[in-house]
Amino acid sequence: MIKGNFIDNLPKVYGIYTGGFLAFIIIMSIAEQMGMTAKTIGICFVAFTVAIYAIIGYLSRTAQADAYYVAGRQVPTVFNGMATAADWMSGASFVAMAGGIYFKGYGYMALLVGWTGGYVLVASLLAPYLRKFGCYTVPDFIGTRYGGNLSRFMAVVVLTVASFTYVTAQINATGTIASVALDIPFQYAVYVGLISILLCSMLGGMRGVTWTQVAQYIVLIIAYLLPVFWISNKMGAGFFPHFMLADEVSRIAELEAQFGFVKNSAENLKEVPKGLAGITKAHSAVNATPWAFISLALAMMMGTASLPHVMMRYFTTPSVKAARKSVGWSLFFIFLLYSSAPMLATLSKLSLIDPSLPTGIIGKSIAEVQSIDWYQNWNQANLMFVSDFNGNGTLELNEFFMGGKAVVLATPEIAGLPYVISGLVAAGGMAAAMSTADGLILAIANAISHDVYYKIIDPKAETAKRLVVARVLLVVIGFAGATIAALEIQGILGSVIWAFDFAMSGLFFPLVLGVWWKRANKEGAIAGMFLGLVSGAAYLVWVRTGGSGFLGITQLTFGIFGSAVSLVAMVVVSLMTQAPNAATQKMVDEVRVPAGKSILGKQH
Amino acid sequence: MSKQEQHWEKSKGLLMMTLAIWFVFSIGIFLFGAEMNEVTGPFGYPLTYWFTCQGSLGIFVLLIFWFANRQEKIDEEFGFSERGDD
Repeated sequence: MIKGNFIDNLPKVYGIYTGGFLAFIIIMSIAEQMGMTAKTIGICFVAFTVAIYAIIGYLSRTAQADAYYVAGRQVPTVFNGMATAADWMSGASFVAMAGGIYFKGYGYMALLVGWTGGYVLVASLLAPYLRKFGCYTVPDFIGTRYGGNLSRFMAVVVLTVASFTYVTAQINATGTIASVALDIPFQYAVYVGLISILLCSMLGGMRGVTWTQVAQYIVLIIAYLLPVFWISNKMGAGFFPHFMLADEVSRIAELEAQFGFVKNSAENLKEVPKGLAGITKAHSAVNATPWAFISLALAMMMGTASLPHVMMRYFTTPSVKAARKSVGWSLFFIFLLYSSAPMLATLSKLSLIDPSLPTGIIGKSIAEVQSIDWYQNWNQANLMFVSDFNGNGTLELNEFFMGGKAVVLATPEIAGLPYVISGLVAAGGMAAAMSTADGLILAIANAISHDVYYKIIDPKAETAKRLVVARVLLVVIGFAGATIAALEIQGILGSVIWAFDFAMSGLFFPLVLGVWWKRANKEGAIAGMFLGLVSGAAYLVWVRTGGSGFLGITQLTFGIFGSAVSLVAMVVVSLMTQAPNAATQKMVDEVRVPAGKSILGKQH
Repeated sequence: MSKQEQHWEKSKGLLMMTLAIWFVFSIGIFLFGAEMNEVTGPFGYPLTYWFTCQGSLGIFVLLIFWFANRQEKIDEEFGFSERGDD
């Protein structure tokens, strides 16, 4: 069924797969009617989908370097778009984004704008040119364009710092979902998640990851959109929520004005379990300063263009032209989920706070709320909490607390959807976290195996040996990530945002100027990567240890400082040292033209 | 000017135009976020809120496809497009 003209059969193969998945959902909902327990349904969903990914991973096994590193450069634009969307949308996007919008409103929306706007930079500044270059990894481009082992090595360092920060959060997310769905302790669930991740990527490298990511995208987008549409229809909010929730948005504003945002005393807040928050920010009003919004959006956009696990997806397209188009498709598939998250946040918030809706709990008596089934479930899961601070017996807006994840996880249950939807959402979250973790671990392992081992340490190594090294590194890095994830140091979102800042601090300008400024040379690039990363990291440490920061740059936007230092260092050092030689200049000229051979050979 | 230089000049022009549109919808309009939110936007949402939920995001999608098509035209014009694949 696979092999041979597999590529020509892609629409058919994934069409059957999608149909099969929908049939599976229907079978599960029939099983639920017949009395299957919620727990069994959750296990079925996660186990079934992970098994499918593992099978795809096995079928994609390969012994060729270009298949392992860049999926043989034959992934069609639309499918590469789906794979990139899955690669991109992490467990955080899936589980935490709607929650972030729900609690923080406008200030958080900067992330949506940033995480999509960055793709314009990817498409126009970088992806097509790096595709023409024909590199296997991002450091491969830096190393060849600027020359020398040191520049290559510095790029590997930046890549590893950024991606590793990111990957621990993803492994953490797979662990959280596996622990809930399979009902096992988190410390073990992390390793269950890790093994699932490695099953996709070990045998087939980039090829395996590509075809599992497409499958994971299909699962995660169904799992996200189906509940949003269903809830909207069930609430009578509108058949197509994206175009029809204006009344609901203004109703929330009305209720906010009616209830007011009462500030709780510090003493009262001590009662609230860690990680839960109340509604303290307006839903649709602009409540952040322009610079706070713009700086966060800008940091995320430049970070997007510097994250190697995204960039390397565009190395897999058949041509430069396809790489450009593929960025558009990627963003389209991302848009489907991102534009739905605010709608889910709106529906979730209104269903909880509107006293005129049957699900609304604000204004009910505390005792009544505490006796609701779903409240008890999510209170037990440590995601919901109410307390009668003012002692009047009824629940006020400021007395209701919820975890960010609950918006995605609990809203279907609150709206009265069958449990099968909750199982589906668990499978979607798992798909989102796994696909991103796979991309990241592969990016790190490939950079170390290709750029450090093959290009620097042992350039004579045979393909078989290179691929063994690549796979060993994959496992080692995966376990290192899982071990750190098991320690639970940072919240999911905190470390995700840092990854963008690290990446932009060290890599944005060395990458962009490598294509767009011929005069950029090795010394400049090394200075740019090194000083950018170090100054960005130093700023983060300074702010985290009580530093006041400057220009409104926070620990979430430290990349703005890092990349500014990187730019200045790179330009100054480049101009102070010799211009790149004629061969390098000619190479840059060739990169700028889509036609002709790639700079690096097919197998290198 | 050689063919290659002309091609690059045109490509740079397209880049500048793309980045200008990108700048307006990712940064420019949010300088006036509070003022714009007083206006009712598409589908009845407050305007700035709409841009952050759908507007800017959708414009970026269209912008990338537009950019890709324009760049292809430029490549074809100078005979620099790749042969035989899509």
